[in-house]
Amino acid sequence: MADDVTARPTRTDVAATPRDTARAADRAPRSAARAAGGRPRASVTVEWRKRLEILFFVTPALALFAVFVVTPVLQAVRYSTYKWNGLGPMDDFVGLQNYANALRDQVFTGAVTHNLIIIVLSIVIQLPLGLAIALLLNREIRGRAAMRVIIFVPYVLAEVVAGVVWLMLLQPGGLVDAVFDGLGLSAAKQLWLGNPEIALYTVMVVLTWKYLGLAIILFLAGLQGVPTDLYEAAQLDGASWWQVQRRITIPLLGPTIRTWGFLSMIGSLQLFDMVWILTKGGPANSTMTMATYLINQGTNRSLYGYASAVAVLLFGISLVLAALYQYFVLRRDNQDAPKPRKVQR
Amino acid sequence: MARNRLLSAVAMTAGVALLAAGCSGGGSGNTSDDSADGTTLTWWHNSNNEPGKGYYEKVAADFEAANPGVTVEISALAHEDMLTKLDASFQTGDTPDVYMERGGGELAAHVEAGLVQDLTDGSSEAIEKIGGSVAGWQVDGKTYALPFSLGVVGFWYNKALFEQAGITEPPATMTDLVAVADKLKAAGIEPISVGAGDKWPAAHYWYYLALRHCSEQVLTDAVTLKDFSDPCFVAAGEDLEKLILAEPFNSGFLATPAQTGPTSASGLLATRKVAMELAGHWEPGVMQGLTEDKQGLGADTGWFPFPAVEGGEGDPAAALGGGDAWACSAEAPPECVDFVNYLLSDEVQIGFAEQSMGLPTNPAATGSVADPALAELLTFRDEAPFVQLYFDTAFGENIGGAMNDEIALLFAGQGTPQGIVDATQAAAESE
Repeated sequence: MADDVTARPTRTDVAATPRDTARAADRAPRSAARAAGGRPRASVTVEWRKRLEILFFVTPALALFAVFVVTPVLQAVRYSTYKWNGLGPMDDFVGLQNYANALRDQVFTGAVTHNLIIIVLSIVIQLPLGLAIALLLNREIRGRAAMRVIIFVPYVLAEVVAGVVWLMLLQPGGLVDAVFDGLGLSAAKQLWLGNPEIALYTVMVVLTWKYLGLAIILFLAGLQGVPTDLYEAAQLDGASWWQVQRRITIPLLGPTIRTWGFLSMIGSLQLFDMVWILTKGGPANSTMTMATYLINQGTNRSLYGYASAVAVLLFGISLVLAALYQYFVLRRDNQDAPKPRKVQR
Repeated sequence: MARNRLLSAVAMTAGVALLAAGCSGGGSGNTSDDSADGTTLTWWHNSNNEPGKGYYEKVAADFEAANPGVTVEISALAHEDMLTKLDASFQTGDTPDVYMERGGGELAAHVEAGLVQDLTDGSSEAIEKIGGSVAGWQVDGKTYALPFSLGVVGFWYNKALFEQAGITEPPATMTDLVAVADKLKAAGIEPISVGAGDKWPAAHYWYYLALRHCSEQVLTDAVTLKDFSDPCFVAAGEDLEKLILAEPFNSGFLATPAQTGPTSASGLLATRKVAMELAGHWEPGVMQGLTEDKQGLGADTGWFPFPAVEGGEGDPAAALGGGDAWACSAEAPPECVDFVNYLLSDEVQIGFAEQSMGLPTNPAATGSVADPALAELLTFRDEAPFVQLYFDTAFGENIGGAMNDEIALLFAGQGTPQGIVDATQAAAESE
């Protein structure tokens, strides 16, 4: 969800790191191994050369990683133990006070709750909807390519642009209200973003609109991987379309769905741009997420030490949830996955 | 094989280049101001449109001509860009020589961090001339910046819509304000727009009510001693609650932004969707930018001061406002003080007023304000017994932010008058 870089929280956004880290770290050695492979000489010196080469190719990536990922994380941890307004020397050490304050602040705990609601709603709404549309679009129907494009457009649109457009649509007297009037449903009109009771769900609708395309494209890609002979066999056995989807397609789509679920969860935890544009966390903090809270406290209130503590908490929560997901959900994908093969010479 | 080696050679070069690039970033912090034969003053301002931009270029050129060897290097930035860049420069310590200070707690934080020059002695003449307006830029009796424009907040209204609703007199008390709002509603007009989505426009209501309920002494003590125990602060919240319950505000005001776009609070007033808005001296300019004909409300623009309250200790003529001041950063050369003194001189301030760039602080320029709406405001400001700096600015970002958040909650029906005082006091005690 927070894949684009438009308005990503600045250096305090340490939580963006685990994914990038994993990616960078496994990309580098693999390409190094590829470059080192294919040499028909086998001796001790080759082993050493290979190691040196690996080291050499990994070093730039590691250096960049250390400077731009590890250092900011460590700095945030350090800042979080000080009371600091961003100006002048950092000399007011407060230990874990900032963390205690954050956990006691109802606005922050409210923000954590909102993030959790968004994770659950994302999965509950987008999974069945995305799956249904992907299955429909995977059939031979007229205008399939056009439909795929239309569904993917919101995801391609810059988050800020989409947010501003929705802000205008949802304003009192905006297009959304006009549509309700046109349908004779004037009574159902709401202050979509101005009512603390429903603002979070309005935001959720916009997020679904924005990110459903990603789920569908991923599921469609996963569907390409389902062997056609399974379908043929099922057809021979006289299985209905519904049985085929239930017994073959969806189980085989499992790894794709679980990966999407992971991306969706991390994105929901780091949700910032759309909320910032639509509501800035308001009204009455009803759409506050951890990321908007952190920016609000840091840049708007100049509580840099406190905001760093919040950033570290966000990082920790993301890490724990990611690890739990890895352990309980993604583990079997990892077990099933083919072991990395040795390079054939 | 040969190709392989070539590839790794290329890759190695690239890797080395990458590492070198990573290391070379730190060397560019060289901002020595002194060139071989003179001094350069860097000046950041936010008059990036004509006529202000051209006027300030002329001012800089005149100063250079009068001070051989001094070069003024101007960066004319959009307001928000300037604030962002300034924030970053305060943190890195790489501040421009001449820059804008908004005073209050923000300035106090800069002073504490040793980022600003003390102008008390170097600018004594200008300080005396400006008079009381300089108070917002003083910390512990020392003056750190010279205000060049000081505006006040009040109600801007649409004269035509008032007439349409049969209102002949602008409201003088809070009771009148509610009555006026009811009349407008009866005529099918939304009375007041407020950009509560941005919080500060909503907070201005509480600030003004506190100004009407509290005596000047109590307010001064609140700013200096961070003491909010006087019951007048709770009374301000109670009056605000009464106003909110009368429902005078535009539909969806909790999510309305202050001044971005036609559906913002200023936009609603400019496009004649509401009858009035509480805003500062910038409002006519903002409204002009939000209508297609660039006229804003044009001849229908009216202004009246914030109403009085029943039984308040505060002076009904006191004003809430704020302004912009020129400051010299700690590292700036001594010529900087001469330059900011020049910026506050009769000559420069008169030109500033003639170009309608703001509300001048030098009394010599008072008669030169060209825009009639601004001239009216200037009269009110100069007749006010005192101008209270916006509380969020006066208290600084932390206390001010806590205060604004809690006031916004009151607008949402989730806060209490006591809650505003408690949250503010708690933030003050955590400082």
